[in-house]
Amino acid sequence: MRIPCPHCGERDVSEFRYGGDATKKRPAHGTGDLKAWHDFYFLFDNPKGPHLEYWQHVLGCRQWFRLERNTATNEIGEAS
Amino acid sequence: MPSRRYSAFALARHAVSPDLPWPRAWRSPEPKKSYDVVIIGGGGHGLATAYYLAKNHGIKNVAVVERSYIGSGNVGRNTTLIRSNYVIDGNTQFFEHSLKLWEGLSHDLNFNCMVSQRGQIVLAVSPGQLDTFARRGNIMRLNGIDAEILDRGEVIKLLPYLDYSKDARFPIWGGILQQRAGTVRHDAVAWGYARAADMHGIDIIENCEVTGFVIEDGKATGIETSRGRINAGRLGIAVAGHTSHVARLAGLRVPVESHILQAFVTEPVKPMVHHVISWGAELFYLSQSDKGGMVFGGHIDGFNTYTQRGQFPKIQSVAECAVSLLPFMSRLRLLRHWGGIMDMAPDGSPFICRTPIGNLYLNGGWCYQGFKATPASGWTFAHTIANDSEHELNRCYALDRFEKGGELDDYGIGNWTYKQ
Repeated sequence: MRIPCPHCGERDVSEFRYGGDATKKRPAHGTGDLKAWHDFYFLFDNPKGPHLEYWQHVLGCRQWFRLERNTATNEIGEAS
Repeated sequence: MPSRRYSAFALARHAVSPDLPWPRAWRSPEPKKSYDVVIIGGGGHGLATAYYLAKNHGIKNVAVVERSYIGSGNVGRNTTLIRSNYVIDGNTQFFEHSLKLWEGLSHDLNFNCMVSQRGQIVLAVSPGQLDTFARRGNIMRLNGIDAEILDRGEVIKLLPYLDYSKDARFPIWGGILQQRAGTVRHDAVAWGYARAADMHGIDIIENCEVTGFVIEDGKATGIETSRGRINAGRLGIAVAGHTSHVARLAGLRVPVESHILQAFVTEPVKPMVHHVISWGAELFYLSQSDKGGMVFGGHIDGFNTYTQRGQFPKIQSVAECAVSLLPFMSRLRLLRHWGGIMDMAPDGSPFICRTPIGNLYLNGGWCYQGFKATPASGWTFAHTIANDSEHELNRCYALDRFEKGGELDDYGIGNWTYKQ
């Protein structure tokens, strides 16, 4: 699998680190609603199909970015 | 109809009458309109659940529906290891119960599962790590589980082929041995449970994919499948790898992310590795199969995916572990490698529990430990379905444990599915 880093161009997956679902919204700072925090931290949509996720080019420019990837095929889409 | 029981007598009867066909191990029935219990997922856990529903609870009007064929999923994609060396209360007792069931399984199922208690040695690569193993061993022994601490000299005697040189990046200080741990032939587990469940009258329905749930007044009453609607008094989901996917059909969002775990086998060589070996420096485990191949594995690839294809960088890093611990591995060729999809939970522990939907029960989140858990998983899941309540052994495996501070993080990794 090769991933297009927005900074460095297309590189092998071994240079990158996965960072989880990028569509999750962190509850507002100071929110005391434990249910909101639980759902944010512990629940996953985990779709079989298109997924927007965070990656870090950890052995390159170290930039974090969002990547579209299909979890059923590993087909790579846009990075932003 | 002659007895379907396997025995020396049956073997002799078939030897003298070669025209007498061996009966099918399990039937291939059309689904009925309705069952008392329907289990979704014909893997090891689903089949074991159906078997123990009949054997322990007398519930025999049961169907197991499987999207593909029996043995096609993770039950045939693991590294076949069994052990019970867990630290955290809840895990320790559960996996020991599983090991005890493994010990009697071939007789129980009337099917040779080739349970081989060859012993597992986890190698410590620092004095500090050996101390933590001593603590683990003490916890195991307090729970009545066998554990022995080995010093470096004892490890050299048992495993003379490891790298003990001065140049070894991770010097071996000792290890912890569980003699009752070992390996099981995984296909036989699927076939044995399927056959034993079938002999209780349970319908195993292959090539039947679930496409939806029928939920009325907050209670599950049936499923829609590729072979029509099936009504059920109670429903169990046991589809680890695809738990999120199936649970979503019932409107549930679960604490699981799907990841790929690869496994590897080399060309066969003469018997050499008599134990299961695990390494303290990295997640790496190896045993030699009865055919002679070195069967080994490591970490998950590290990102969520439902494809059963692994990435090359992981093959390389696992092979590096193999060669640095066992230098002879550099001269063996890799024969096959494959991937299975794991449910990774945020604490690395499973779910065997009720769900917010009535009459719907969940078994999943198995991470790295699904195979060794198979008998106890089916045993406790059957109890949970039959009694609508958790057994003492699976009360820690609730779906809402993260809300209540009940994480079971055996390795102390923290809330990261992809680092478990």
